[in-house]
Amino acid sequence: MRSHRSGRPLVPAYLSTSGVARPSRNSLERLSVLTSTAGPVFGDLPAAQHALLQSLEGGSLTVVEAAALLRLPVSAVRVLAAALIDQGLVTARPPVPPAAQPDHDLLKRVADGLRALKL
Amino acid sequence: MASAPSSSEPAPAESRVADPGVRAGELHLPAAARELVKIVVVGPFGVGKTTLIDSVSEIRPLHTEEHLTQASTTVDDLDGVRDKKTTTVAIDFGRITLGGETVLYLFGTPGQERFRALWADIAYGALGALVLVDSRRLDASFDVLGLVEESGLTYAVAVNTFPDSHHYPEEQLRESLDLAPDTPLVECDARDRNSSVDALLALVEHLIDLNARAVAGEVRS
Repeated sequence: MRSHRSGRPLVPAYLSTSGVARPSRNSLERLSVLTSTAGPVFGDLPAAQHALLQSLEGGSLTVVEAAALLRLPVSAVRVLAAALIDQGLVTARPPVPPAAQPDHDLLKRVADGLRALKL
Repeated sequence: MASAPSSSEPAPAESRVADPGVRAGELHLPAAARELVKIVVVGPFGVGKTTLIDSVSEIRPLHTEEHLTQASTTVDDLDGVRDKKTTTVAIDFGRITLGGETVLYLFGTPGQERFRALWADIAYGALGALVLVDSRRLDASFDVLGLVEESGLTYAVAVNTFPDSHHYPEEQLRESLDLAPDTPLVECDARDRNSSVDALLALVEHLIDLNARAVAGEVRS
């Protein structure tokens, strides 16, 4: 269904995180929203962290979108994002505000939104 | 919604999958996006998950390459899937902005037993699952249904119709798949946007029903 047209990524995923396999925090979901704080960067960021930070210039991305964009596994982006959060360069918020867990109103909004998509 | 795909002649999947040159600017979330919800589209290889996601998504389906453990490296069963030459563990996903604040993500996920760990990660927090079934290979869906049921996720079943699909009576399908009487079972053409939306709606309306019933139950007791 899909080819690997441009071949394997130049940098393998395990090197993108400098060998770190686990994120420094466990709260990042696939749909956690990453936003750059546009704070000052002190010193040189590792290239992959820099690439992630750059992808957030001008707008927010979910973890999974950043992974697709950077062509890294979600697990690697979790590590990179956690490192950037630790440095105060990125904030993350959960996909759904905790107060609005899947309830009737949310489901209604989804159903109405879907109906509106029909041609 | 100007670029709705035509229902009869879908572009070849190859050209619709996001190319690696996709830019961040095309993907940034709408500033108003407040609640991001997901539905898992699950089914065996070649059943049409990406096709369905593509037919409703506002972005070209993207994918992430997922790492699997060794147990998953066995050869996939491609019986009856003539046009599918390769299998990968890429997870496709699409996105639909529903009104101002709500964004719906669709994750295409293989549901075989060996994807258990990956499945748990992807299904975490999902509203529910749309199980896509190929009536020519019903047995390929047994594993999938088992995994979905075990996860406790609410699901609806959509039979993706292929040109050479048999048409089975609903009763027979329900019996073969061992579905509960209230589990929605719909036919769908994954290439067709309206048909795919209807299948998703069958799931969401089922969720609303269950939710209302749960609330009524709480009130009574």
